[in-house]
Amino acid sequence: MTAGADIIADRPWDVVVAGAGNAGLCAAIEAARAGARVLVLEVAPRHMRGGNSRHTRNFRCMHRGPMPPLTGAYEEAEYYDDLLKVTGGRTDEHLARLVIRESEACMPWMAAQGLYFQPSLSGTLSLSRTNAFFLGGGKALVNAYANTAEDLGVQILYEAEVTGLEISGGRAGAVEVSVKGREPVSVPCKALVLAAGGFEANLEWLKEAWGPAAENFLIRGTPYNRGRVLRLMLDAGAQSVGDPTQCHAVAIDGRAPKFDGGIATRLDCVPFSVVVNREGRRFFDEGEDVWPKRYAIWGRLVAAQPGQVAYAIIEARSRELFMPSVFPPVEAPTIEALAEKLGLPPAVTAETVARFNAACRPGRFHPTELDGLSTQGLDPPKTNWARPIVEPPFLGYPLRPGVTFTYLGLKVDDTARVQREGAAFENVWAAGEIIAGSILGQGYLAGFGMTIGTVFGRIAGREAAAHVL
Amino acid sequence: MSFDMSYDRPALLAEAERQFTICNACRYCEGYCDVFPEMFARRAFAEADLSELASLCHNCRGCHYACQYAPPHEFAVSLPGLLATARTVSWERHAWPAPLARAFQRHGLALAAALVLGVGALFWALSALGGAGEGFYAHLSHAAMVAIFTPAFLFPLLCLAMTARSYWREIGGAPLHPRHVAQALASAARLKNLSGGQGQGCNFEKGDRYSNARRWAHQAVAWGFLACFGATAAGTVLHYGFNAPAPYPLLSLPKLLGLPGGIAMTFGAGALLWLRSRAEAGLSDARTASGDVAFTALTGLTALTGLALYAASGSMLQAPLLALHLGTVLAFFLTAPWSKMVHPVFRLAALIRHAQRQER
Repeated sequence: MTAGADIIADRPWDVVVAGAGNAGLCAAIEAARAGARVLVLEVAPRHMRGGNSRHTRNFRCMHRGPMPPLTGAYEEAEYYDDLLKVTGGRTDEHLARLVIRESEACMPWMAAQGLYFQPSLSGTLSLSRTNAFFLGGGKALVNAYANTAEDLGVQILYEAEVTGLEISGGRAGAVEVSVKGREPVSVPCKALVLAAGGFEANLEWLKEAWGPAAENFLIRGTPYNRGRVLRLMLDAGAQSVGDPTQCHAVAIDGRAPKFDGGIATRLDCVPFSVVVNREGRRFFDEGEDVWPKRYAIWGRLVAAQPGQVAYAIIEARSRELFMPSVFPPVEAPTIEALAEKLGLPPAVTAETVARFNAACRPGRFHPTELDGLSTQGLDPPKTNWARPIVEPPFLGYPLRPGVTFTYLGLKVDDTARVQREGAAFENVWAAGEIIAGSILGQGYLAGFGMTIGTVFGRIAGREAAAHVL
Repeated sequence: MSFDMSYDRPALLAEAERQFTICNACRYCEGYCDVFPEMFARRAFAEADLSELASLCHNCRGCHYACQYAPPHEFAVSLPGLLATARTVSWERHAWPAPLARAFQRHGLALAAALVLGVGALFWALSALGGAGEGFYAHLSHAAMVAIFTPAFLFPLLCLAMTARSYWREIGGAPLHPRHVAQALASAARLKNLSGGQGQGCNFEKGDRYSNARRWAHQAVAWGFLACFGATAAGTVLHYGFNAPAPYPLLSLPKLLGLPGGIAMTFGAGALLWLRSRAEAGLSDARTASGDVAFTALTGLTALTGLALYAASGSMLQAPLLALHLGTVLAFFLTAPWSKMVHPVFRLAALIRHAQRQER
């Protein structure tokens, strides 16, 4: 197929967008609506398009009153406060408040682009006020936006990898693109929008911060977020934001695929478990808090264990207390037999569980709230849901760190323009995960990545179009 | 993309359980249709569960196009083809007598043969029995028509009742309550399970874009069929109750129902066949494709020949068209318990069961 080459050579493009995820498509739609000729370069094949947007499911939205399907109100102050809690203050207040305030107008805009919202999914009632869920999830969002973009005349080129940026004097003149692995060609453009995600699927890059342990990380999202565009921009003198050594990682089922396992591989069983490392020993308080608050710490905890692996052991009574995982648990009639099956030292594991059981105290076990049922004299303690693991069959799940996203990104101003030392690039804008580290410098707030992507994607598209028209 | 889904019952159930487990851990599609709330209420799946979910699925394909795990993802989740295969297996298992279902569900040729036989039988009846009445009763008497069509209607009805009973038992149906039946009928009347959850429609002929074309086309056939059925019922009442035999004038109940009904059925069936030709392959059970096409064509043909017969009244074409139309109707009814005509039985049963379960 030569269509790709034809498209590239054929026309002088006003705006070239790198990445066909949420942010890139929002930018493309806004630029096209403003009258610009837009080319979107997507590194993945069509069925894998959309970067990590295809794994998302909701949008965190400010609203001053009920805004179906959102209930109640979620005002700027509370929203910003939630952001401060998870980031520990690592945010840019000006940009963060911009995103929060703009989010309210985004929801009707998103619906106008063909997206449908649905009420909070079962098991996510806690988000029904703050987060609007996409009917069908993020892939349906990408489908809707891509269709709208194409109806507006936007060209989306798949399997098109950005291999170079022709930038001089703070001005981008062209993008070098390799289509389907062919020799790169130069695509002249008047404006550039970069929405190509982070580098979480680039294990070599992750190893720079994590060492060889990164080899054992699983990547929850697309294998295509290799950070190439980010690296090209940093090499071209762009200012960076966010901690280059950090990534958001949660503990997921250790049997998940290396890439792209998405939401179905998460495991919410930790609060009802005894979690041991591969030596059969406990290493952290499993009962500290419940999803989603302490969801993220376990990725880092497991990453710090030998072999970057851990095992959650539960008993029959806890089987249905958490959202089912995609993989069935390993089952055995005794702890020793379970340890054997999981490849753990049976004697040590059995002793760990026995010591935990002996440290449990009588009391009311309540799975849906912090029940205060704590162990006594155990180190580390289990401070909630400490019910003895005694009823067979015993069930085990392997856990591994699953990387969601990285924090290092490009510094932008409130017009989404990419910054460099002492100035801004003249015609380069960025949006989505590639800039998210400015606002979400640490931690994770459900649905906020999509909000950053939508708000900044739209701004970038409008600004880029205004620049060329 | 191709799905070589096995008809082997344990293999099919194992594959369904594998995919449902992934769905259960994801749940993004919860808002599309009734299948997902039923699926998420279960953690283990027996054959009866699969059978119930299969008939609840209306093949809107929304979940497939929205699925982050659709092939070629290694999780290879694609419910439309899986549940279509499960429907084939389930419907054949409950059909009575079962071997006939295998013939008519999977082989369009079998339906075509039934059509030829039906039409042939009517030509023979016309020539052998004749008639002595007015209009088309000049060619075949009312008594002869009743003699042919009463058993040809009642026997399939009996078979369908046996099928419904067998299926209802499998899915653990509770005693019927009018409220649940009304809910199921309301759902069917609007084809709620092809609405995409919010009225935007399904993903059939336009890939990942939503469209209501199939929903409209199907309802044209369904409502047209009911109108034609009503026309026949009205004619029967007029004949026996009011001593007013056919032909009826344009402004009479049989014509007011039958004419628009026939037109809706004809165009609806044509539209369904056209939409089908544009749909992505592999998201239904390819092995029933010829049977499905033949059934839709037969449905449309039943209406089209009826309209042609009306248009030809008084002409020399009336007799052959009468044989053609009545033969088509005969084939349609006689194969109903084993053709895709069983789908309203299974779908309604599944919808009623869903209404029952929703209340618990």
